[in-house]
Amino acid sequence: MTGLALSEPALQPERRSFASRIAPVTPVTASAAPALQLSGISLAFGGIRALKDVSFDVRPGEIRAVIGPNGAGKSSLVNVISGLYRADTGRIVLGGESFAHVPPGRLPGLGVARTFQNLALFPGLSVAENIASGLVFRRPAFAWLPFLPASRREGRATAIRVREIAAFLGLEAHLPRLVSTLPFGLQKQVELARAMIADPRLLLLDEPMAGLTGTEKAAMAAHIRAIRDRLGLSVILIEHDIGVVMGLSDRIVVLDHGEVIADGRPDEVRRDPEVIRAYLGPDAAPLAGAA
Amino acid sequence: MSLAVEAPARPLLTGQRLAILALLALAFLGVPAFASPWTIEAILLPFLALSLAGLGLNLLTGYAGQVSLGSAAFMAVGAYAAFNIQLRLGLPLPLTFLFASTTAAAVGVIFGLPSLRLKGFYLAVSTLAAQFFLQWLFNKFGWFSNYSASGVISAPVLGFAGITFDSRESRYLLALTTVTLITIFVHRLVNGPARINLIAVRDNETAAKVIGVPVLRTKLAAFALSSAIIGIAGVLWSFTYLRTIEPEGFNLDRSFQILFIAIIGGLATLRGAFLGAGLIVVFPLLLSRGSAWIFDGGLDAGSVQLTQRIVLGATIVTFLILEPNGLSSILDRVTARVRSLMGRT
Ligand SMILES: Nc1ncnc2c1ncn2[C@@H]1O[C@H](COP(=O)(O)OP(=O)(O)OP(=O)(O)O)[C@@H](O)[C@H]1O
Ligand SMILES: [Mg+2]
Repeated sequence: MTGLALSEPALQPERRSFASRIAPVTPVTASAAPALQLSGISLAFGGIRALKDVSFDVRPGEIRAVIGPNGAGKSSLVNVISGLYRADTGRIVLGGESFAHVPPGRLPGLGVARTFQNLALFPGLSVAENIASGLVFRRPAFAWLPFLPASRREGRATAIRVREIAAFLGLEAHLPRLVSTLPFGLQKQVELARAMIADPRLLLLDEPMAGLTGTEKAAMAAHIRAIRDRLGLSVILIEHDIGVVMGLSDRIVVLDHGEVIADGRPDEVRRDPEVIRAYLGPDAAPLAGAA
Repeated sequence: MSLAVEAPARPLLTGQRLAILALLALAFLGVPAFASPWTIEAILLPFLALSLAGLGLNLLTGYAGQVSLGSAAFMAVGAYAAFNIQLRLGLPLPLTFLFASTTAAAVGVIFGLPSLRLKGFYLAVSTLAAQFFLQWLFNKFGWFSNYSASGVISAPVLGFAGITFDSRESRYLLALTTVTLITIFVHRLVNGPARINLIAVRDNETAAKVIGVPVLRTKLAAFALSSAIIGIAGVLWSFTYLRTIEPEGFNLDRSFQILFIAIIGGLATLRGAFLGAGLIVVFPLLLSRGSAWIFDGGLDAGSVQLTQRIVLGATIVTFLILEPNGLSSILDRVTARVRSLMGRT
C-alpha cells in the first residue's frame, strides 16, 4: 500500500515526498538554508499600513506560528508571500530565489502551497476534483484535452495520489461528493488536502482552525503536526487559539499593527512583556494557562 | 477529471445511455423517414443550430464562468467564413467547417482578451463590442458578401464526396451529424481533465491562480473553443436552415436568445442547451398557433407578435424565479421521480 509512508513514525522532521519515497532521507540540520526569508516587508493600503518592515525566516521542517490581534496584518503577510499582494518594499527569498513580488502562478513550482482564511474551494467540483486541482500545475501541456493517452495516464496517477491524501486526512468516504455539500470542518480539511497534494516544501495556513469545533480543532492540529513530522515540510501557521499555537509551533512571530513585536520560542514569547501588553492586555492568564 | 475515485465502474448500458441511444436512433432514422417538411424546416433545423450555439456559449459561460453577449457575432463569423471559403477557395466540406471554426476561434480569442482584466458585468459589456463591431464590419465591407447588392447572400449548397446537401432531409442529417459529433467532443472535454481548469477559474480565480491553474490560458482556450463551436452553429444556421446569410440575422437579439437558451436550459449542463433551444424554438410556434386559435384572426400580425414576446418574456422570468437551475434540473427531478415509482412496483 502506497500510503504507508504517511503512517510510518519519523524520529525527526525530514523531507519526504509522496512521489520519491525511495529516495534516502536527509535529516535537516540547523545550518540548512531557510525555507523562507522575509526582509523589510512593508505594505500599505492607502493610509493603512498593514505591514511595517517585517523580517523573519522559516527553517526547514519548522512550524512557525504568526499571531496577533485582528487586523494585525497576518493575512496580508501570507498574501504577500503568495504574491496576491505586492509589497511596497522588501524581499522574499524562496527556494534560493529572491523576489520583490512572487508571481502567484509560480508558487507550486517553488514548493509553496496555501490555504485561505475564508474557504477558497471550488464549490462546483467534487471533493476528489478539488483535491486533484492541486496537481494541475504539474500536468503536461495539452493533457487537458480529452482522448489523449497522456491525459488518461495523468488522470490515473492523480487519482492514486488523491486517494493517498484523502486516506491520510480521513476524507476517503467523501471523495465523490460535491464539496459544497460537506460540513464546514471537512471543507477546511479538503483545502488542506488540496495544498498538500502539490507536495510543497512550505505550507501557508491562514487560520485553518477558525470556525471549527473543539474536536475538529484537535484533529486539524494533529494533521498539521503529522504532515510536518512525516513529510518534513515547513509550516507558517496563523491561528488565534493560543493554546493550539503554544502546543504546535516551534517558533512564534507576534505581529501588532503590522509590526513584529516579538519573535522566539513559545516559552520566550509567552513571557515577553511587550506581547503581554500589546497582544493580551493586562490579563496574561491565557498565555500562562497554555503552558 | 476522470478520476477513478469519482466514477466507479458502471454498466455499459445505463438507463441514461439507453435513452440517449434511442433518441439518436429516432433522430437519425425516424425523423428523415416520418417527420413532416414543416417539422424539419421550422423546428428541427433552427433547433439544431441554436442548440449548438447554446452548447458553445455554455462552455464559456456555464463552465468557465465568462459572460458573453457576442454569440451572434461569432455565428456570423462562422457563416461568412464558410461562405468565403466555399466561394474563393472551394475547399471540401470538412475543411470548410474546420477553417470556419478556426476563424471564429481566432476572433473569439481577440474579443476574449478583455476577460484577462474584466469580470462579470464589465466583461459582458465589453463582449458587446464584438457584437456591434463585427455586425458593422460585415455590413460595411462588401467583400464579405461578395458585393451582393442587397447585402443578403444565398448560401451555396454544401456538398462532399459526391453527396449534395440540398434536400431537406440531407441538410437535416448534416446538421444532426455535426451537432452530435461536437456534443460528444464537448462531453468528453468537460468531463475530462479540462473540467478542473474551467470550473476552478469560474468558482474561485484567486485560488485557481495560487495552485497553478493557468488562468489566462484557460480563459482564452474557453473563448476559442466556445467561439469555434458557435461559429459552426452559424454555418448550420445559414447553410442548412435559412440558406441565406445577412448581418441582420446575427444581431444582438440573437445573442440574447442564445444566452437565454444557456440559462433556461441550465448552465454547466450539456443537455441544458438542447432543452433551452427546444423551448426557445418550439414555444413561439405554439404561442402563434394558440393565439391564432384563440383570436381567430381578430388581432393584426403586429399585436400577435407583441403578445407573443410578452408571454415568452413573462414565462422566462417566472421560470427563472421558480427554477434558477434551469430545465435540466427539472428533468433531473422528473427522472428521479420516475425511477422511484418504477423501483416501487
Ligand atoms: N485588500 C485590502 N484592501 C484594503 N485594506 C486591506 C486589505 N487587506 C487588508 N487590509 C487592511 O490591512 C490590515 C491588516 O489586515 P489583515 O487581514 O492582514 O489582518 P489579520 O491580522 O489577518 O486580521 P484577522 O485576524 O482579522 O484575520 C487591516 O487594517 C485591513 O483592513
Ligand atoms: Mg486574517
